[in-house]
Amino acid sequence: MSASVATGRQTAQRRAPIRRRRRSPWAFVRDNIVWVAATLALIYLLLPNVIVVLFSFNKPNGRFNYTWQRFSLDAWKNPCGAPGMCKALGLSLKIGISATIVATILGTLLAFALGRYRFRGRSAVNLLIFLPMATPEVVMGSSLLTLFASRHVGLGFKTILVAHILFCLSYVVVTVKARIAGLDPRLEQAASDLYANEFQTFTRITLPLVAPGIAAGALLAFSLSFDDYIVTNFNASPSSTTFPMFVWGSAQRGTPVQINVIGTAMFVLAVTAVAIGQFVGRRRTR
Amino acid sequence: MSSLVKTFGPFTAVDDLSLTIPQGSFFALLGPSGCGKTTTLRMVAGLEEPTSGTIHIGSSELTGTKPYQRPVNTVFQSYALFPHMTVWDNVAFGLKRRSQANVKKQVDDVLELTELTTLAKRKPAQLSGGQQQRVALARAIVNKPAVLLLDEPLGALDLKLRRQMQMELKRIQTEVGLTFVHVTHDQEEAMTMADTIAVMNAGRIEQMGPPAELYEQPRTTFAANFLGQSNLIRATVKERVGDSVVAALPTGTLRVAVSRVPEGVNEILVGIRPEKIKLHDEPVTAVDGPVGENTITGGRVIDASFIGVSTQYLVKTQWGQEVMVFEQNQGIANLNAVGDLVTMSFSADHAFALDAGQDVSAGIEFDPEAL
Amino acid sequence: MAALAEPVAGRSKGARPSRRGRPSWLPPLFLMIPGAIWLGVFFVVPLVFLVSQSIQSGSVADGYKVTWHFANYTYAFQHFWHQFVRSLVYALLATIFSLLIGYPLAYAIALKAGRFKSILLVIVIAPFFTSFLLRTLAWQTILAGDGLVVRFFRSTHLIAVTNWLHLTNGDQLLSSPLAVVSGLTYNFLPFMVLPLFASLERLDPRLLEASGDLYARPIVAFRHVTLPLSLPGIVAGTLLTFIPAAGDFINAQLLGNTNTTMIGSVINSQFLTVLDYSGAAALSVALMATIVVLVALYVRKAGTEELV
Repeated sequence: MSASVATGRQTAQRRAPIRRRRRSPWAFVRDNIVWVAATLALIYLLLPNVIVVLFSFNKPNGRFNYTWQRFSLDAWKNPCGAPGMCKALGLSLKIGISATIVATILGTLLAFALGRYRFRGRSAVNLLIFLPMATPEVVMGSSLLTLFASRHVGLGFKTILVAHILFCLSYVVVTVKARIAGLDPRLEQAASDLYANEFQTFTRITLPLVAPGIAAGALLAFSLSFDDYIVTNFNASPSSTTFPMFVWGSAQRGTPVQINVIGTAMFVLAVTAVAIGQFVGRRRTR
Repeated sequence: MSSLVKTFGPFTAVDDLSLTIPQGSFFALLGPSGCGKTTTLRMVAGLEEPTSGTIHIGSSELTGTKPYQRPVNTVFQSYALFPHMTVWDNVAFGLKRRSQANVKKQVDDVLELTELTTLAKRKPAQLSGGQQQRVALARAIVNKPAVLLLDEPLGALDLKLRRQMQMELKRIQTEVGLTFVHVTHDQEEAMTMADTIAVMNAGRIEQMGPPAELYEQPRTTFAANFLGQSNLIRATVKERVGDSVVAALPTGTLRVAVSRVPEGVNEILVGIRPEKIKLHDEPVTAVDGPVGENTITGGRVIDASFIGVSTQYLVKTQWGQEVMVFEQNQGIANLNAVGDLVTMSFSADHAFALDAGQDVSAGIEFDPEAL
Repeated sequence: MAALAEPVAGRSKGARPSRRGRPSWLPPLFLMIPGAIWLGVFFVVPLVFLVSQSIQSGSVADGYKVTWHFANYTYAFQHFWHQFVRSLVYALLATIFSLLIGYPLAYAIALKAGRFKSILLVIVIAPFFTSFLLRTLAWQTILAGDGLVVRFFRSTHLIAVTNWLHLTNGDQLLSSPLAVVSGLTYNFLPFMVLPLFASLERLDPRLLEASGDLYARPIVAFRHVTLPLSLPGIVAGTLLTFIPAAGDFINAQLLGNTNTTMIGSVINSQFLTVLDYSGAAALSVALMATIVVLVALYVRKAGTEELV
């Protein structure tokens, strides 16, 4: 080990002056090709977000907010100024929160069953959980619609909620299961060795240690639910318009600046939540 | 513990094992990887259920009770410290579960005993290996269990730290006076720390006793080879003379104390520790050799390695067996060279005899640390 | 210890030894019942209904009957096979581009970012938190009219190349296959990066050092060490990109034109606008079946079973 470190250092020293002599931009690109490609990819990923944020301060001419005119805080001062948008937002939040709660509970239970027990039919259950993630949204949405239509179930809040819980569930299971799999079984044995009964072991050791996985699963579920258009569109009625449906509609009729305000606010909130989560997580494990 | 059996499918990990551990002792369960010692420990802790057999502590039976109902605590091999709790909370965990009074005082006392007071607010991930080991120990002994189980607790530490922790464990055991059951594959560790050692092999106890007794008087080839090194020389019992048994070698004879010869066996293995053998340059014969000593003449040194404290020789006997000899470095220029013709001698009191019907090489090179 | 401790650990991780004769399948059964019922009733049953719908005849107004009307399939294919094939091709292109863009990014985050690793990961996930639709609409702004991107394509004559490849037409980028594919690539890129990151992060950097030590040039080390070891990530990432991309229609609708319509859009409008439930169901079943077959072939070829 020490020998290879030493040679590494020697080569670095030997190479350094040569590098300095011909430091053309191309040499830099060649030496850092991975970083150049990664930076370009990050710009590609973030550019639309920047546009969304930027255009929340736009004052467009006409109905469409597609070209930059001039800076304005109008939309921020009056976020519910677009007719119907805040109602759609409210519905999305309501569905998002309800779907997250149900999917997180059901998914966590499933994850514990799969992560903790070996039983016959386990791989079949694993497949059942994997399949919804491998199903295109149109197929999932349309199949639910045929079920609801043939059973004469009226479309609306309930049908949207059922669909959202369905597609969030698998993601929660996968996230929580990964956390459970990473859990050292000896920690629970140690707890039971230290006079904690099954219930105490679960609440004081297992649950706190799996909690970050459950939180991540819940966050993922909420963002999936809040953002879904395709499945929702199959199972919604005209009176139950979610935020993505409102945005879709406005793309045809004219985009109010307020949708960018909401997009920006959600973005800032979520990034803050993730940052806090990371910070807390790091402090907890350190 | 009596007639304990544990099977995993067709594999029998612990086979009809019975042993009694005296209260207040430092007991070591010594054996190679996979001999069933950890399984035994886990059955005592309640983490495994015995397939059959019973476990008692004092007069109460533990078999079938849950781990948290047993007055037994374990120091896990990987420590299994709760990563989301501070050192203090880890140590207090067991006391709080039993709703003990005076948690704070007891925890603080144990932290002081284990020299962890300044680290009480830290999380396990912020500690070094040795510190984590001490937390695991503190977390267990704070409960004053009837039996403290240590599952290779020093396995993850480097050699220097391990030696240091061995001393510390021994000190703490003496101070708190609990019964320690220590599982290890390191014979040196077992010998330095334990009052009583049980040598385990293939799910059975080969031999149990104080370290010195085990070393001087092993009763099986496994114990002889696993605890230190032994030369085992095949011989046939010829006659009994006074307190000794005379056994015939291919050339010459050897004497072994009667008490150290298994009864009713004709074919034996005479065992002698390498450091008990002395080398003589002159070709002494059995008759005019040192009085009361066994001698083996006509050996030839085929290898000699000087390692400072001692010199290790490999001597080939007339019948072709290689015998290991360790000579203390006592500052005398008594070194033999390869090719020298030598006579080996050793006191009859130092020799032991084993039933020759066993595997001569059992227990050799099982110790992964020695490789 | 290894030989013995392992079966012990393996056991205790799995079914706990059943105490007091309580069967060990009972607790997992209770844990699974609610979730499994949900998946059964709202995922498996609807798929059965969908298949059944696809062979029925009738209309929304008069009701449907199962008549084993397989003509729904031939009808659907005759009319929409263009959109069908186009969807698969666009999804494939988007998957390839995602892999090409996502691999260096995942590699940099996993193996080169050091302490910036978690910040960069947040940046990759961050776009998720602004509405998918809003971000796709933002691409309209980015690619529109006389924007920077369009001017760059024009000044470098890249637009001539893309025109020649039928990816664009005229001197516009918006409302073109190129815009749709780049939108798809963009939208599903995080699904590519995250599994790649997960498998690259597990890679032991000492392996690369070892191969360097054994005289492998970086590019050789990449081909023979990094790439094979990140294969599970590549398989997972490409599936997570390809499957949703094949069924997506938001990008095609918002960034494309009438000649870029994808099958998702057709299913959506056949169901919700044309109200031809059976024809739409047939298309839906066909899409699902095609994807299952393609995925099965692909997974078999890639030789990984570590997906679930």
